Amino acid sequence: MTRIDATFSALRRNKQTALIPFITAGDPDMATTADLIRTLVDNGADLIELGVPFSDPMADGPTIQAASERALAAGATLEKVLQLVSEVRRNCQVPLVLMGYYNPVFRYGSARFAEDAAAAGVDGLLLVDLPPEEVAEISPLLKDAGIALITLLAPTTPTERMRRLAQTAEGYLYYVSMTGVTGAQKINPNDIRRAVEDLQGMTEVPVGVGFGITSVAEARAVGEFADGVVVGSALVKIIAEYSHSEKLLPQVGAFVASLKQGLVEKTD
Amino acid sequence: MSYQYPDERGHFGEYGGRYVAETLMPALLELEEAYAAARRDPSFREEFDYYLKHYVGRPSPLYYAQRLSEELGGAKIYLKREDLNHTGAHKVNNTVGQILLARRMGKQKVIAETGAGQHGVATATVAALFNMECEIFMGKEDIRRQALNVFRMKLLGAKVHEVTSGTATLKDAMNDALRHWVTHVRDTFYVIGTVAGPHPYPMLVRDFQAVIGEESKQQLQEAEGRLPDVAVACIGGGSNAMGTFYPFINDRSVRLIGVEAAGLGVDTDKHAASISAGAPGVLHGNKTYLLQDEDGQINHAHSISAGLDYPGVGPEHAHLQDLGRAEYVSITDDEALAAFQKLTRIEGIIPALESAHAIAQVIKLAPTLPKEQVLLVCLSGRGDKDIHTVADALGVEF
Repeated sequence: MTRIDATFSALRRNKQTALIPFITAGDPDMATTADLIRTLVDNGADLIELGVPFSDPMADGPTIQAASERALAAGATLEKVLQLVSEVRRNCQVPLVLMGYYNPVFRYGSARFAEDAAAAGVDGLLLVDLPPEEVAEISPLLKDAGIALITLLAPTTPTERMRRLAQTAEGYLYYVSMTGVTGAQKINPNDIRRAVEDLQGMTEVPVGVGFGITSVAEARAVGEFADGVVVGSALVKIIAEYSHSEKLLPQVGAFVASLKQGLVEKTD
Repeated sequence: MSYQYPDERGHFGEYGGRYVAETLMPALLELEEAYAAARRDPSFREEFDYYLKHYVGRPSPLYYAQRLSEELGGAKIYLKREDLNHTGAHKVNNTVGQILLARRMGKQKVIAETGAGQHGVATATVAALFNMECEIFMGKEDIRRQALNVFRMKLLGAKVHEVTSGTATLKDAMNDALRHWVTHVRDTFYVIGTVAGPHPYPMLVRDFQAVIGEESKQQLQEAEGRLPDVAVACIGGGSNAMGTFYPFINDRSVRLIGVEAAGLGVDTDKHAASISAGAPGVLHGNKTYLLQDEDGQINHAHSISAGLDYPGVGPEHAHLQDLGRAEYVSITDDEALAAFQKLTRIEGIIPALESAHAIAQVIKLAPTLPKEQVLLVCLSGRGDKDIHTVADALGVEF
């Protein structure tokens, strides 16, 4: 069983919701990202989405755009992200999913990427601009390497398409909680609940929700029905604010612990 | 065998496709379906032709540039005068087509990205004509370079968003337009200005611009009784070039030459020659040649011409390059400036700096060709908007 599947089945047995923090790799630098990953895990992260910086992050709002720019300015590359994963992997078994845009992977070479990412210990890949219509050029390579290609679904996705995509999903499904870019808008948990429950009726694969969850209260509300809750921009903001301060790890740790506590309380 | 691209998945060989966020996929599928239906409906073509004739002023003249031809001493040079269109460039052909399509789809709001401002003005113009809400995304740097066009858009009732992210030019304007579209996709039609972006845009923009090549073919038949030997057009994203080339693709005797912007030189890091000096990659919804580094990060483009200042190129051009059906060359800022002045002095036609790149290539090429050959060049826009840029470059102060 893969690390992703094992994580979700354990949580399911305990009626818990996965806490999935997103951070941009290399923001403010790779060494700090390694420390941040440990802090996330120590404070209750069940799975981590690690953003691969890209110069033109079209699906991201200002917060993650800025994080991407900081990481690139500090010298981040996909190769260095893979090195980071293999270092972290030495003493950490939390599932790690790389999230980003297709071009850096395409440029790296899809076959070489699949091989190197698997060797480094990457569990999943989520490419925002690689829809199901175009995945054929990379999905067989990832499958052979044992890396789950995470499928995104959106509020605009028609039901029939949702059903079709849910049936072939691996790892978990990522439901985009609003029509917009990351971190930009208020979400409506009731609308999301309907869509996520429909989706859960179509597949056994767990459903994670992300893009607009910014507070403990929102995470708790969405965690009541979703199998996983992704928190990105809110966390990246804290990292930006404290990136050159000793308070960085304590601040991030406290925020993640509060998110976790919100999710845990719900299932009691 | 005749040329038939894109395939049903929107691919031109290995290029093109639909590399967008899931949120946008249903809108692209809807657009594809709406366009297929419009193509089958003769009344759509009639409506399009009506506005091209009575509103845009088509057909645009095909002008024999006799003095330029004689001065260069080689092939006969014909200028396809897209600069004489309403709004001053070829861009309006496409905005008429897309906005008619948007109306058929029941969309009331349109958005567009713009570099030089020509596509922004063309979109704002047709939006005004049909009483639609219009928002334009334009890089801060381009707003500075093209203040006149910004004011034109505002007069036409459009809201202009200043884009400050990244390099604050066309690439970043397109990023922000895509971000806005993701957020308002349910009621907003995105009018893409060039033969790039996700399928079906490269196809439908090409089809709407193909009127350039179709008319040229007929006009040359009347003037010379034959096909051109060479067709030349400048390339940023490549819509005037694709519109010029497309009707000639199956006429194998016609050499097709696309002219990219070499900026300060393709061996420097300040140019916009994606095909000549880039590599395949994925950006803005399509796979194509891009200016990028080893890590797949997109490089800054540079050209004196805001309309060519883009680090990618339409996927069909990438395909034509690989097929060897079209040739792609590049022209520096200095060569374009010289051509700008030469055409102005010899023919009394002030070309857009974009089009001046095509003219510069003609100035290089024509003298090498025999006098009986015919060279067609797309004069894609007029140069009024560039007067300040040219004055700056020549060290003239007002």
